[in-house]
Amino acid sequence: MSQQREAVFPTRMTLNLMRTKLRGASTGHTLLKRKSEALTKRFRDIVRKIDDAKMKMGGVMQAAAFSLAEVSYATGGNIGIEVQELAKQPRYTVAARQENVSGVILPSFEAIVNKEVDDFKLTGLGRGGQQVNKAKYIYGQAVDALVELASQQTAFVLLDEVIKVTNRRVNAIEHVIIPRTENTIAYILSELDELEREEFFRLKKVQRNKQRDAEKLQIAEKAEKERLAAQESDAVQSVEAESTTENGAKNDDMNAFDDDADVVF
Amino acid sequence: MEAVLFNVESGYAEALCRGLSSSLIKSAQYSNMTQCDTLEDLKLQLGATDYAQSLANVASPISTSDFQNRLFAKLVADFRYLQTTAVEPLSKFLEYITYGYMIDNVVLMVSGTLHHRNKEELLERAHPLGWFDTLPALSVTTDIESLYDVVLVDTPLAPYFKECFTVAQISDLQIEIIRNKLYRAYLEDFAQFCKTLPGSTYESMIKMLGFEADCRTINIAVNSNGTGLSRADREALMPRLGALYPVISSQLARSEDPEQVRAVVEQCAVPEFTDCFDSSNGQTLEDHFYAEGIVLCREALTQQFSYATFYAWLKAAEQEVRNVTWIAECIAQNQRERISGYVSLF
Repeated sequence: MSQQREAVFPTRMTLNLMRTKLRGASTGHTLLKRKSEALTKRFRDIVRKIDDAKMKMGGVMQAAAFSLAEVSYATGGNIGIEVQELAKQPRYTVAARQENVSGVILPSFEAIVNKEVDDFKLTGLGRGGQQVNKAKYIYGQAVDALVELASQQTAFVLLDEVIKVTNRRVNAIEHVIIPRTENTIAYILSELDELEREEFFRLKKVQRNKQRDAEKLQIAEKAEKERLAAQESDAVQSVEAESTTENGAKNDDMNAFDDDADVVF
Repeated sequence: MEAVLFNVESGYAEALCRGLSSSLIKSAQYSNMTQCDTLEDLKLQLGATDYAQSLANVASPISTSDFQNRLFAKLVADFRYLQTTAVEPLSKFLEYITYGYMIDNVVLMVSGTLHHRNKEELLERAHPLGWFDTLPALSVTTDIESLYDVVLVDTPLAPYFKECFTVAQISDLQIEIIRNKLYRAYLEDFAQFCKTLPGSTYESMIKMLGFEADCRTINIAVNSNGTGLSRADREALMPRLGALYPVISSQLARSEDPEQVRAVVEQCAVPEFTDCFDSSNGQTLEDHFYAEGIVLCREALTQQFSYATFYAWLKAAEQEVRNVTWIAECIAQNQRERISGYVSLF
């Protein structure tokens, strides 16, 4: 049952703490839920884009592979090693940027083509230069598609992870933290009520005890008075003269003991 | 008179060459091959040709490069066999044919050595027809000067190097420029050599060499656009040979954009090139050149007692390897509509 509520002392201070916590948790829950929805929307976009990119990729790659076949037909040989020798500077570079989607940092890649760099422009000069250029162009497009796909794919993986974490948090808040806090509050309230009832009972008890003590004291006082009165009347019998004030007082005393059964006159 | 004595020395070699030429793949076989659905089918179709042996023991997932390598290996073996049966001047002629490939190999080794490439890797990539004994030695040297003094001097290409470059130039010139300059020197030299050969050899050879020179000239004109090569540079790369030299090639060297090149070529009234820029059937410049080249080969093969037959056979066989590779690529990559881009000899 310890999951059901937190182990706290049921005091008013904790009650206030718990109430703040509950408020915080529900605010957090709505916020996270919204974040998760935003991310999911983005995620769907990306999935669609990946699908497009992959389709495009298939076509472009096929064209690229075929253009290479054309090159080897036209030049009658393998130009690979020559191109490798000549390529010195990068013509095609990829820059990574960061994009912020609801607090998630997604990398996105951007292709930068340096038009001035063209290291093997003379390849195929005597033979097949047009095919080489065509292959160069088509492979450029293929790399474009590849960069685009890489960008989306990275975002896809990252977002997938983040969405899972966020959903886990939303569910944890919804199904664990909020019920537990509510349970704790209920527990504290019930404990506080219980304490109040105990307190009330205790007060009652004290009051009754006090009353009883007072009554006992009165009885004792009365007995004392009676004893004194008896001694007095013994003296008066011999004196016979009594003051009116004393009479009134005695009458008052007599009235006070009227309902006491064990007092016999 | 030459015709009478031709068979004394070169009769056997020519007979071999005729045999090889007649076993080249016919157009009916090509059209069978274009019907294939998989590369295995293609292999089966090739089983009916001379290539059956070469492809017999290729392990099952056969690739397009397997076709290319095996077919090419057979071509090289045939050529080497021809060489062993040849005597002067045919042997010299065949050697001259290999110089073209040697240029590629030397350029490959020189550039590879300059960039400290792995020697074995480079040698693997060398063209087998252009192989010569001192080729591996090229990578021993580390700087250009010793490369020339020690190794290149002993190769058959030394005169071309000497003609075209000083030592200082080699190191800072573009590899492709070196290659084209050497090739130009080679074509011119080859034509000169053919003049010394008896019979009708020169007449056939000058047509083919001239055509090759013209193709290179047009290609250089087209491909050098936008590369920053000056007019003089371009002209220095264009072979001084063929129908386009000298008037049209210098016009081509002056033209600045592809349209201008096209206009010059179309006005030049050389029948081979009038429609070479026509790309209506998706044909490229190279397709036109290959088609024209094959026509010349066919003509050369009709000659008898001529060394040009050997050259024509080699070119046709090379084209055949390209054709089969092309068909294999089209099948492998499922590009059916382009499959008829091959050029058939017969």
